[in-house]
Amino acid sequence: MKWGVVRFPGSLDDGDALWALRDVLGQEAFPLWHKDETLGGAECVVLPGGFSYGDYLRCGAIARFSPIMKSVARFAADGGLVLGICNGFQILCEAHLLPGALTRNRSLAFICDFVNLRVENAATPFTRAARAGAVLRMPIKHGEGCYVAPEDELRQLEERGQILLRYIDENGEATDAANPNGSMRSIAGVANERFNVFGLMPHPEHAVEATLGGIAGRKIFESIAGVAR
Amino acid sequence: MRAKVYVTPRKGILDPQGRAVAGALKSLGFGAIGDVRVGRFITLELDAPSRAEAEATVRQICERLLANPNIEDFTFEVDAG
Repeated sequence: MKWGVVRFPGSLDDGDALWALRDVLGQEAFPLWHKDETLGGAECVVLPGGFSYGDYLRCGAIARFSPIMKSVARFAADGGLVLGICNGFQILCEAHLLPGALTRNRSLAFICDFVNLRVENAATPFTRAARAGAVLRMPIKHGEGCYVAPEDELRQLEERGQILLRYIDENGEATDAANPNGSMRSIAGVANERFNVFGLMPHPEHAVEATLGGIAGRKIFESIAGVAR
Repeated sequence: MRAKVYVTPRKGILDPQGRAVAGALKSLGFGAIGDVRVGRFITLELDAPSRAEAEATVRQICERLLANPNIEDFTFEVDAG
């Protein structure tokens, strides 16, 4: 499968995403520049973590208007697979390709930690390599990861199964204490209504090698790769 | 023309910065402090043939970029000069 990883000025995790895809998972992956107007034949576009445009104004607010985002929006409208990780998730929300928004962590602190995530819907291109209810352990590192959306939107997300990942504790409960950033309904990752765009705050690309703390992140990439096979 | 734009977290949206400021004010002894919200203040200059057109442009700018309608409200003032 061909993966394009977009580099915005201020992207940080594009290199790790390329490493995870190419060197660890044996995928064909290449960088895309934010000024590119085409996607180089990518079958899945990854918007990586980082601080695009220095997080000026709001996280993702400026990156959203990069030339490549027009192509990404068109690609998504045609059913193409788009994965946004951390800052990529923020960009997708700002671009209205995903519902809701990501705001300052309720603690006001930048958090760098491992979290446990429960797969809430395993019947999607982004989670189908996992079982529903499976627990994935991945790192987070963000200052603005508090997911918010209007109450009626949240209800619709639940009903349609668009909430793919939730923060949980070691007993599998989505408790307030296990919610690192104050996200509404403990949401760690959501998909759009068509299930071809997915954004998450945790970093699957940092969780693909046992020596670096675990391989649960592979499930996300393997799910996507399996779809195009 | 000169515009002053105020962007604030929407009512009902958790504003941890506002809450932290409120807490700090209370610990300074300002007991009568209620809700505090921390937003953004932006000034911009623009050329427009009339104040009404300037206001229409500023409104568009706010809706498209300066504020996120999911989580923020905005107000603005436009002055000649």
